[in-house]
Order: sequence, then structure tokens, then C-alpha cells
Amino acid sequence: MAIISLREALRQAMTEEMERDPTVFLMGEEVGEYNGAYKVSKGMLQQFGPMRVVDSPISEAGFCGLGVGAAMVGMRPIIEMMTWNFAIQAFDQIINHAAKMLYMSGGQFPIPMVIRGPHGAAHMLSAQHSQCVDHMLVNVPGMIVISTVIPADAKGLMKSAIRNNNPVCFLESEMVYGKEGEVPEGEYLIPIGVGDIKRKGEHVTLVAWNKMVYVALEVAEELAQEGIEVEILDPRTLQPLDENMIFESVRKTHRLVVLEEGWGISTIGNYIVDRTVTECFDDLDAPPVRVHNHFVPMPYNETLEHEVLPNKERTIEAIKKVLYR
Amino acid sequence: MATVMEMPKLSDTMKEGAVARWLKKEGEKITAGIPVVEIETDKATMEFESPASGTLIKIIVGDKQTCELNAPIAVIGKPDENWQEAVDKYLSKKKGGSAPAAKAAAAPAAAPAAAPAPAAQASTTASTLDRLRVSPLAKRVAADKGIDLRSVQGSGPNGRIIVRDVENLGGGLQAPSDAVPGFAGVPAAEMEKVSLSMMRKTIARRLVESTTTAPHFFLTISLNMGPLLAWRKATVAKLPESDKFSVNDLIVFLVSRALRKHPNINSSWQGDYIAQYNSVHMGVAVALPAGLVTPVVRHSDKLSLVQIAQKNRELIKLARDGKLQPDDYSGGTFTISNLGMSGIEEFTAIINPPQAAILAVGTTLATPVVDENGDVSVEQRMKVTLSCDHRVIDGAQGAEFLKTLKTFFEDPMTCLFMG
Repeated sequence: MAIISLREALRQAMTEEMERDPTVFLMGEEVGEYNGAYKVSKGMLQQFGPMRVVDSPISEAGFCGLGVGAAMVGMRPIIEMMTWNFAIQAFDQIINHAAKMLYMSGGQFPIPMVIRGPHGAAHMLSAQHSQCVDHMLVNVPGMIVISTVIPADAKGLMKSAIRNNNPVCFLESEMVYGKEGEVPEGEYLIPIGVGDIKRKGEHVTLVAWNKMVYVALEVAEELAQEGIEVEILDPRTLQPLDENMIFESVRKTHRLVVLEEGWGISTIGNYIVDRTVTECFDDLDAPPVRVHNHFVPMPYNETLEHEVLPNKERTIEAIKKVLYR
Repeated sequence: MATVMEMPKLSDTMKEGAVARWLKKEGEKITAGIPVVEIETDKATMEFESPASGTLIKIIVGDKQTCELNAPIAVIGKPDENWQEAVDKYLSKKKGGSAPAAKAAAAPAAAPAAAPAPAAQASTTASTLDRLRVSPLAKRVAADKGIDLRSVQGSGPNGRIIVRDVENLGGGLQAPSDAVPGFAGVPAAEMEKVSLSMMRKTIARRLVESTTTAPHFFLTISLNMGPLLAWRKATVAKLPESDKFSVNDLIVFLVSRALRKHPNINSSWQGDYIAQYNSVHMGVAVALPAGLVTPVVRHSDKLSLVQIAQKNRELIKLARDGKLQPDDYSGGTFTISNLGMSGIEEFTAIINPPQAAILAVGTTLATPVVDENGDVSVEQRMKVTLSCDHRVIDGAQGAEFLKTLKTFFEDPMTCLFMG
């Protein structure tokens, strides 16, 4: 298996699907001439030409709406958002049009569109460019939400997303575009809605996704020195969520910690805890604990930024709490 | 505005309180700061002062009645004031508006003679402090094993019982007292139901905890007391009355000195570590008609024999009068239980948790002893038995300690350079 970076894995997935299906095209700010703001689409303009790799104006609502229209007439657009912070401009197109079109048209217009881009905080980009919207997206019926940064998962799920007939929001992270991992070559699909156990453990269940998986792996490594075996679950798809994977793990460990980026109110972590308490009440030995951003706009200051984001220290503290250590 | 008096928490281990007796009657004028009621805690009876000046307009929890901590026990105000209104207001303020609770609290007023039940009602509605806290998993495991959760000590936050508290327990612990009436077919007429004092409940709870959590083992050794007793007799004869010491004082003195050399015995199991104490605080079990208390002689390893004797006399008197304060009976690091004066030859004692060991002292008997030449002589012998918590102490460590003890008892002068 080749060892490639996240950006290469995503590019492979898009390229393979565009080679396979002529209706697939990529559109977004600077995806063509500039090779993408984060070089995910590097070389794709040369390979597919300006008809299929389209540089858009700086208008998220505009080009996202173009994508919805193109999907309505049989194309399979991939819309790149420079970040999901900017996609907030296009939420009317995403929520009111992409997600609702099939329903509003009585089943006439499926929207096979992927909206993708980095999500959450990067590094010192301050309050307006360091946000999470995943919890808003999963709360809209009619859309699939995938959030993954592990190269192999990203490739397999991106290919499945492009082939899916529903709008798919695909959340990446600019912090780890360069992180590498083993990725199977060629036709490699991961089913949407299936989570993955990133590390087996018997003492506590730790659910994390996107770049928090890397924090979780670090935490597990450190706690293993103390004899605490952490089971790390990466749902990969947030909507629909692989709840059974979580329930099965909690029934084994009797303890749950959710590690998620973003503010802590009405979040996916809240939902996971709610479902787990309902389904696994008699299996719990401690109230589940969540680790998330502090409830403040993201500070520009680097030290403060580290403090606001869920970090290793706070996760270890949470795990010890549910273990009564 | 009337003042509502609550059942105070007078000791750390107190779970509920009982009014021993009211020192003032309803209608009497009282001043803030004067004792108005005697409260029976799990260890002692203590006077409790009025929080306000005025007339004692209502006694809610009467003599010999029990209620939960912080439940209203009396109302102080103006003679014509409506005490029930005051209680209602007080409870709704406390609970965020719970009228039924106030009614229940008021109920006993009508029938002071038929006392206990209404008082209990009042307390259960007024406070939920005594509610058992159990994690869902621990509850399920306990149910599967048939463990009575009321006998389990919770180690989680707020005393929550969590799975580790029940997973190592065996099942089938006996259900508590309500099972008694039908016991083994003894007709009810032949049985007298003895209600449980605070002290009795505490003894039951703590000793069940000790025997179910601390794996006990026992080491017995026989001590030649002849020289020590002779020395004491000669010494005491020369001392003024106030400085005289008993055999028991000598035992406390010598055991404390021996413990100083063996901090691994003067220890406590703390779940994830062992606490070894570098001071000895000696608990001395005192039998009372109502049960047992163990007042503590603090820093007994640093006190002189005469100081120990004075402290022992003082504590035993307080214990017998039911006047021990929490400070007097908490924080012991080791306990001596002496039944020698009752003629018991030897016995095993249950460890007083969270201590790691207890020494059971028997009586001194003239005993034939065979020496290494095969000659028989008669010696004054006393047997002591050390009960050890095996989580903390191993057999050889216990034996080492008893060896030091034997040296000190049989040749007390060694204390001068070893203790």
C-alpha cells in the first residue's frame, strides 16, 4: 500500500471518480490556476481542463447555488469551500436548496453534490475562521455529513460520497492535509455511515472524529503507560451516525468520553451522550463526560488558542474522571 | 420572623440525628447561645445551642425521636406566631417550594405521644441527603449478585456506589432488620424488638464494612507479665494519686512505642495507596451500656506514662457520660481492645476501619511454662492477638511487630533505647 498524505488521498479519490464518470466536476475558489488554496486539486486543471475544474468567483452562495442547479440537471458537482467558515455564506443554498430539493420536488430532483473543505480551527486564524459547523449540518434532514482526516478513510469515503445521490457535506482539516497514512490504491470504497475502531481498549470508550482522532491517539498512548486502555471510536460519518458501534463499546467499557472540536452546546457530543444514556443506561458506571472548546470566540493568541481547543490534558482529565481515578 | 432549628450535623460520620431530650419546654423563653436540646449522634450525646432568642413555640422532633440531618426540629419565635407558617416558608425556601413537605413536617404536632413515624415522614420529605447513590451498572451488578446496597460503602463522588465497590463482594448478604420478626419461627410474643441507637447503627455499618472489605488475619503471642507487673506495683506505690497508672495505661504506652518502630502497622488502606502514619494516635475501646466507643489518645507515642494515664482517665469519663466530642474519637491510627478485666483469656477483634490493625488484649493468668531445659515454672502470662488487614500488612510484618512488643513488655527497659 502506498503511503500518501491526506491531500493526495482526496485528490486521488476525486481524480479517479472524474476519470470514471464524465458528469463529475470540481468547482471552487482557486481550485484551478492556483491548484487549490491548500493544493488538494494540484494538477487537476491540467488533467481535466477548465470545463471540469472551474475557478469560481469569490461568492460561496453563488457557486454553491450553481452546483445545486448543475446537480438538478444530471451533473455530479464537487464544490470546494476554501473553509467551512466561508460556507456559512452558502448555508441558504446548502440547507434550503441542496438538502430540501428532493423532498420539495416530490422526488424529481436528487442532488448528487459533494460540498467539501477544511473544518474547524486551523492555526491562529482567530474568531471568524476557526469554527465548527458540523453540529448544525447534522441537524438538517436530507444531507449526509462526513468528517474525516485519516488518508485511507478520506479516500474511501470521498469516492462513496461522489457516487451517492444525496448532497454530502465533507469536512476535512487544513492542519493535517500533509499527514500521511497507508492508502489502498485503485477502487477503494468505504460505506457511508460505518464507524471505525481506531484503537482497541477495555477501560473507557473515547469517541473522536476529524483531527481530534490524532489527539485521541496521543492520549491513548500516554494512558497506556498507566495501564489505562482506551478504545478510540471514529464514527467517520456524522450523519447518519454509527450508533451501534458506540453502544457496543460502552457495554464493554461502561464509560464514555466524547472528544469534539467546537463549542459544547447542542452538539454531536451531546447527541452521542443522549443516545448512549438512553440505550446503555444500565451499563454505565459513571456519567459520560465531554471535552470541547471553551465557550468563547477563538482567540488569535497562540497560547490561548491551545487552551480553548480540546487538548490532550483536558481529555486525560476527563478519562480519569469517568474511571474515578 | 420565627427561626426554624434544624437537626445539626455534629460529626463527620453522622447520617441521621436523634433528639435525646429537650432541655426546654414548649412555651419557655430562651436566649440565643444557651443549650436547648441534647442531640444523640452516632458517637455521643451533645448539647446543642439555640440559634435565636425568643419563645420555643414548637418542638417538631420530640424526645427520643429520629430525623434526617437538616430536617426542622423546632421553631423559635414570638409566643403568638404561627409556627407552621414558619416551617412552610422555611422548607419552600430550602426546596424551592414544596408545600407537602411542610405539611408532613407539621404532622407530628397533633400526636406527640405516637412519636416516631411522623418524625421520620418529616425528614424524608425535607431532605434527600440520605438517598443511596448508585451508578446504574453497580445497581445491576448488585441485583445480579443479591448484594444489599445499604451495606456497601460507596467510593465514588458523594459516596456514589460504583461497580468496583460491588464487583468483589459476594452475594447474599442478609437483608437488614426488617426481616427479623419472622425469624426462624420464634413467636412474636417471645421476642422484644430493641430499637437501634445511633451508636449501634454505626457499629453495625462500620464493622460490616471492615469484615467485607478488609481481609483479616490473626497473630497471637503470649507475654510474660511478671516483671512488668511487679515493677508497676512498686512504682505506683510511690506516686501521688493523680499520677498513678493502670496496667491498661502501660499497655497503651508500650504498644504506642512499639508502633513507632513499625509504621507499616500504624497504617491505613486508602484504595490506591497505603497511608503510613509517623505519629501514633491510639484508639482505646471503651465498653458502654449502649455499645462501644474508641476515644483516641493523640500522639500517644510521645506522651509519658503519666500523661497517658491522665488522658485515658479523662476520655473514659467523657465516654461514660456520653460527652465525647468528635475530636475525641476520630483520627485514630491503631486500636487496643482490652477484655482482660473481664477474664477473657484471648480473643480476636475486628479492625476499626480505615485502620490496618487492632490489638486484642486478654487477661493475665498464672501459667506453667516449660523453659529450654525442660524445667517447669509458673509465670504471669498475658495473650495478645493482632488482627491485621492483609491488604496492608503481611504475616511476617505483623510477627516482627509482636516481637518488638514482646521485648518491650518483658524487658521494659529496652524502651529506653529502642522506643
